[in-house]
Amino acid sequence: MKILVCISKTPDTTSRIAFTENNTRFDEAGVQWIINPYDEWYALVRAIELKESDPATIIHLVSVGGADSEPIIRKALALGGDEAFRIDIVSNDSYTVAKQIAALCDREKYDLVFTGKEAIDSNNASLGGMIAELYPAEYVSLATQFSVTPEGCSVTREVEGGEETISCGLPAIISCQKGIAEQRIPNMRGIMGARTKPLHVVAAEAVTPLTTITRYELPAAKAGVKLVSADNVAELVRLLHEEAKVI
Amino acid sequence: MSVLIIADLQEGHLKKSNAEIISYGNEIARISGTSAGVLVLGNCTDNLSALGAYGASQVYQVADANLQAVNPSVYVSVISAAIEQIGADVIVFSNNPSSKSVAPGLSARLGAGLVSGAIAVPDISNGFSVRKTVFSGKAFADVSINTDKKIITLNPNSVTIPFVATETVVTSLSIPVPASTRKVTAVNKIEGEVPLTEADIVVSGGRGLKGPENWGVLLDLAKVLKAGTACSRPVGDAHWRPHHEHVGQTGVQIAPNLYIALGISGAIQHLAGVNRSKVIVVINKDPEAPFFKAADYGIVGDLFEVVPQLTAAIQQLHAEG
Ligand SMILES: Cc1cc2nc3c(=O)[nH]c(=O)nc-3n(C[C@H](O)[C@H](O)[C@H](O)COP(=O)(O)OP(=O)(O)OC[C@H]3O[C@@H](n4cnc5c(N)ncnc54)[C@H](O)[C@@H]3O)c2cc1C
Ligand SMILES: Nc1ncnc2c1ncn2[C@@H]1O[C@H](COP(=O)(O)O)[C@@H](O)[C@H]1O
Repeated sequence: MKILVCISKTPDTTSRIAFTENNTRFDEAGVQWIINPYDEWYALVRAIELKESDPATIIHLVSVGGADSEPIIRKALALGGDEAFRIDIVSNDSYTVAKQIAALCDREKYDLVFTGKEAIDSNNASLGGMIAELYPAEYVSLATQFSVTPEGCSVTREVEGGEETISCGLPAIISCQKGIAEQRIPNMRGIMGARTKPLHVVAAEAVTPLTTITRYELPAAKAGVKLVSADNVAELVRLLHEEAKVI
Repeated sequence: MSVLIIADLQEGHLKKSNAEIISYGNEIARISGTSAGVLVLGNCTDNLSALGAYGASQVYQVADANLQAVNPSVYVSVISAAIEQIGADVIVFSNNPSSKSVAPGLSARLGAGLVSGAIAVPDISNGFSVRKTVFSGKAFADVSINTDKKIITLNPNSVTIPFVATETVVTSLSIPVPASTRKVTAVNKIEGEVPLTEADIVVSGGRGLKGPENWGVLLDLAKVLKAGTACSRPVGDAHWRPHHEHVGQTGVQIAPNLYIALGISGAIQHLAGVNRSKVIVVINKDPEAPFFKAADYGIVGDLFEVVPQLTAAIQQLHAEG
C-alpha cells in the first residue's frame, strides 16, 4: 500500500490576522506557522496507524509551497512518513495546487491520498475532490472512520444529518476529520529521524489559475456587549424578542 | 449565459436552504441580464412546483434512482451533461457535505473556477468577484473567478434576498446516469435533532457545565427555542457530547441568527466557528471571560441559576403569543 498525505502550512490558530499592501496580502509578520490541524491530527496519524498495522506500507508527504514550508514538512516527518516532496510554487488557487499533486500521483501511483477536511486559512475544502477528478480516483469527503478492505476501503463519512459508510475501490482520495484518528505528539526518536529522511524539491508545472484573491477585509468590530443583570433574566428575553428580533 | 442552481435535497425531500440558493441564483441572473434554472437530481417525493414559491420558474429534473446517494464522479458526469444541455455557465450549490464532495470535482472537470463558502452576491462590475470567509471567519476574501464557467457554493444563512412566487415549469432531462462504483453499506442518521448548520438558533455548552449529567438545563432551553445544540472542543474531546456538535476553528462552522453560549470562555479558536452568528448571547460567571467581547448580549452569572429562569421566561413569552 502506497499512501500520500497532503500537508498544508497554516497560521497558528491564535495568530493575529492582518493584511498589507492595501489589503491584498496576508501580513506574515510575527506569524507562527503550523501544519494545518486536520492534516496533522487526522490525515497523517491515520496513515501512520495503517503503516503500524502493515509495515510494508509506504507513506509519502507532499506540500505545495515555498521553501518556508520546509519546517512544517520536517515536523510532519517527525510524526511519521518515509519521504516528502515539496512542490515549489506558492498559490492560493486550489486548482493550481491540485494539478501539482495530481502530477505527483500520476508518477508515484498512490493507492490512497489523505488530505485534511479543509485548510483553516482557505476554508475551501476543495483540494481532495479536485485531485480525485484529475488523478483520477474515488473521492470520499469528510471521513470520520477509515479501514482497508479486500475490495479497497470502507469509509464512514459525514452527510447531511448524520453519517454513512461506503465501500469503494482504490485508488481513493480521503478528506479526513475528527474521529478518524487521535492527535499525537512527535517523540524524540521521530524528531531525530526526520532530519535524515529525504525531502525532495520538485519544480512545479505551469498552470493557469482559475481564481485569484484580489482583496481581503476584516469583519466590522462588534458594537459592544449589552449586559443584563442575572436578577433580571426577563429583560434579556425582552431584548432578544423586541430589539434583536431573534426569538 | 445562464445560471443553474443545484437543488438541495435530503432523502428525496426539498430542504429549506433552497429558498436561499434559488433567490441567490435568481439575483445573479438578474444582475447579469440572464435567466436561472434549478436542477433536481434524483427522485423527489415533494412536489417540485413548490420551488415556485421561492421564485423558481424553470426546474429541470434527472429522475433516476441511482442519484439517491451522492457519488461524486456520478454527480459530476450528470451535472456536466446538464450544464451542456442547458447552456449554463454559473453553477450555484448550497455549501454542505454533498456539495463539498461534488463541486471541487466539477470545477476540475470543467476547468471552471470555484468559490466555496461564498457569503455575498458576486460583484460583476469589473469581472466576476465573490466574497467568502477565510481564516475560519476571522476575515473575508474577494475571489475573482477568471474562467467563463463559474461555480459557487453559498454558505447557508448568508444572504437575505426577497423572492416573488412564480409558476414553475418542470422539464425532465434525459441524461444517462453512470453505474455507481461504490456501495453504501450503512447509514446512521441522527434522529429528531435540528442539524447544526441549518438551525436558526443554536444553544452551546462548554466546560462550565461541569459534566454530561448537567446537560439537561441546556437541552431544556434548546427545546423551547427549537434550537440546535453545540459544544466547545474540550466537551467533545471528553465525550460529554457527540463530536459532530463541536463548533470552532477545528469543528463545525455555523452562522445561526442566534447563538447562545453557556459556560464557554470564548477562546479564539471557538469564536472562529461562531463569529458569523447574527446575534451572540453569552452566559458566564466570569466577567473577564473573553467571550463577552464578541457578544451582543450577556449575563454575568451562574448558568445553573440563570438558564432555567431563561427557559421559563421564553416559555412565558410563547404562552403570551
Ligand atoms: C489548534 C487548536 C484548535 C482548537 N480548536 C477549537 C475549536 O474548534 N473549538 C473550541 O471550542 N475550542 C478549540 N480549541 C480549544 C480552545 O483553545 C479552548 O481551550 C476551548 O474552547 C475552551 O473550552 P471551554 O470554553 O468549554 O472551557 P474553558 O476555557 O474551561 O471555559 C469554561 C468557562 O465556563 C465558565 N463557567 C464555569 N462555571 C460556570 C457556571 N457555573 N456558570 C457560568 N459559567 C461558568 C468559566 O468562567 C469559563 O469561562 C482549540 C485549541 C487549539 C490549540
Ligand atoms: N498547498 C498545499 N499543499 C499540500 N496540501 C494542501 C495544500 N493546500 C491544501 N492542501 C490539502 O488539502 C486539504 C484541503 O485544503 P483546502 O481545499 O484548501 O481547504 C488540506 O487539509 C490539505 O490536506
